[in-house]
Amino acid sequence: MTTIACPIPAAATDRVQLGHGSGGKMSAALIRDRFLPHFANDVLSQLGDAAVVDIGGQCLAISTDTFVVQPLEFPGGNIGSLAVHGTVNDLAMMGARPQWLAAGFVLEEGLPFDVLDRIVAAMADAARAARVLLVAGDTKVVERGKADGVFINTTGVGLRTPDFGPAPARARPGDAVIVSGPLGCHGIAIMTAREGLAFEAEIVSDSAALTPLVERLRKRVGNAVHALRDPTRGGLASALNEIAAAARIGVVLDETALPIPGPVAAACEMLGFDPLYVANEGVLVAFVPEAQADAAVAALRSHALGRSAVRIGRAVAAHPGMVVMETAIGGTRVVDMLPGDQLPRIC
Amino acid sequence: MKYLSEYRDGRVARALVAEIKAAATRRWVLMEVCGGQTHTIVKQGLDEMLGDVIEMVHGPGCPVCVTPLEQIDKALALAARPDVIFTSFGDMLRVPGSDCDLQQIRARGGAVRIVYSPLDALELARKTPDKQVVFFAVGFETTAPANAMAVWRAKELGVDNFSVLVSHVTVPPAMTALLAAPDNRVQGFLAAGHVCTVMGWTEYEPIAAKYKVPIVVTGFEPLDILEGMLLAVRQLEEGRHEVENQYVRSVRRDGNQPAQDLVSRVFELVDRSWRGIGPIPRSGLGLREEFAAFDAEKRFDLAGIHTTEPAECRAGDVLRGVLKPFDCPAFGKACTPEHPLGAPMVSSEGACAAYYNYGRFRSAV
Repeated sequence: MTTIACPIPAAATDRVQLGHGSGGKMSAALIRDRFLPHFANDVLSQLGDAAVVDIGGQCLAISTDTFVVQPLEFPGGNIGSLAVHGTVNDLAMMGARPQWLAAGFVLEEGLPFDVLDRIVAAMADAARAARVLLVAGDTKVVERGKADGVFINTTGVGLRTPDFGPAPARARPGDAVIVSGPLGCHGIAIMTAREGLAFEAEIVSDSAALTPLVERLRKRVGNAVHALRDPTRGGLASALNEIAAAARIGVVLDETALPIPGPVAAACEMLGFDPLYVANEGVLVAFVPEAQADAAVAALRSHALGRSAVRIGRAVAAHPGMVVMETAIGGTRVVDMLPGDQLPRIC
Repeated sequence: MKYLSEYRDGRVARALVAEIKAAATRRWVLMEVCGGQTHTIVKQGLDEMLGDVIEMVHGPGCPVCVTPLEQIDKALALAARPDVIFTSFGDMLRVPGSDCDLQQIRARGGAVRIVYSPLDALELARKTPDKQVVFFAVGFETTAPANAMAVWRAKELGVDNFSVLVSHVTVPPAMTALLAAPDNRVQGFLAAGHVCTVMGWTEYEPIAAKYKVPIVVTGFEPLDILEGMLLAVRQLEEGRHEVENQYVRSVRRDGNQPAQDLVSRVFELVDRSWRGIGPIPRSGLGLREEFAAFDAEKRFDLAGIHTTEPAECRAGDVLRGVLKPFDCPAFGKACTPEHPLGAPMVSSEGACAAYYNYGRFRSAV
């Protein structure tokens, strides 16, 4: 028997590439191959947005995140507010009420104090609004050129009660898939600020704490909220793929229902990006049983952040682990995780 | 979105599908030339909706896919030099060369930057006079005018640390080569709308006449492509073989004259190898003698790099439309977007990547 193999050799990777930070398949492989073998334990292996540990009846949720965004300041926020929202949201997605934050700052020699002051002030405002206390911190300074202005790590601790425990693995066939707001704003705001692109309508990052939305879901539908995720790095497509894999369900999206603002769609067309893979920092996706879906949408819409909450699809038993989309034109396509970074197209 | 959502209307699409089915008395084989069209077709499931009356074969119009391995290896050698900032359109970064890709060169310390326009690369050269800035000038007639403009401006401004690694190709010689091949099955073409926006369609008239094939200049949105298919099917059913223009909102018969003038002042026709297809005479663009100073292949010593195209690679059959990606034994197994074996799996315009990203569901159920 002859086997036909394309003789162009696959490029072997012997070091870290930028794609390993994309939130796509390369990121997943980095964690799976380089970190989990050393650190594996029952808590870490859940790979949720936050770890949940039981300390005698009370559940603690713990999450950590590092922020390396460029530019440091962008329409709708800065790296400081983002560092609070990102970690607070990771806790909220596990159903925890965020309580405390610790922050580490890597400062680059030469960072102007007025920039630093604005970042720290925004961070404090964001923490106040999210009702979390910053209770520990650390600073380090590195030589010019060894960091990009400032890097911030935040670690958050929250409390979780046993009556509310959304988790990716709890999503079930028959669940409705709901998003709380317009998609793609954060990633495109950063991209346009970075590339110095100007569009007719300014695109503002959606960076916000999602805790009020989660509170409303908890009050209205309680533990019927099967899974929550904030589709940050890697976008909605990656978040849905992770849930589909964790719960061994299929997801069917309705392209016509996706809330993609016109300016985001236009920017994506121009830049050659797919909005499904663009980062969000103030949107959540929820899996809720069909019978409670209307109540969940109403609960989200009762808060300003969730005003445009909408059903975008459903969980099914077919094609477990796979996300497919019914296109506006009447066809179907697979919405896979990206291998690495989205690469802009030639033409 | 204005000027886009109108061309993605499901109701109109269904009407066009019905019209195509009513017009066809048999199954016709059409080729869409451009990779952007391939993606729309597979992403929207158009081939599936019309499978009983049209077989779509996916043409060689993916600039990333057809850039020869030797040029990729030259790009990698340039990018690895400490004195060079290598600039490129984004999707060239993951194309495998003989032993690595540009992303890996960057991880090893090479300065590799994504730019959206060659003029950005020229600007970078002006801002960093102590570095050599090289731009990877690939693509069809669509990208040629902007690339020509960058070289023209570099000469005008005397930016002597700017150069281009040229691997431009043109569509009509590739179409002719496909039609002349003994195993050709293609009965009609959807020509690439954006190439024709620049070049017009006069070059296609002798091809349509000689090979008796309808050629429909077609856009990139779902309704464009469905309408292009309808026009091609009608011609085939009526025994006509003309050049028709579906993409009237963008294309004129004579194209964009100033852009063509600029291209012909900076570039001239040269023989070019196509990855997976092989050499096609007078199918590429190279810099004219008076711009030779901006030719990276002349500025840097790349003479030692000679890579022969692996003759047995199936990517060539995919690019010629003889093999469907699903039918390649490596598809989705040894060859995936994370570990591409051939270029069509890399580029978002490549036929294999289009099938992998959007079509696996269909093959699975």
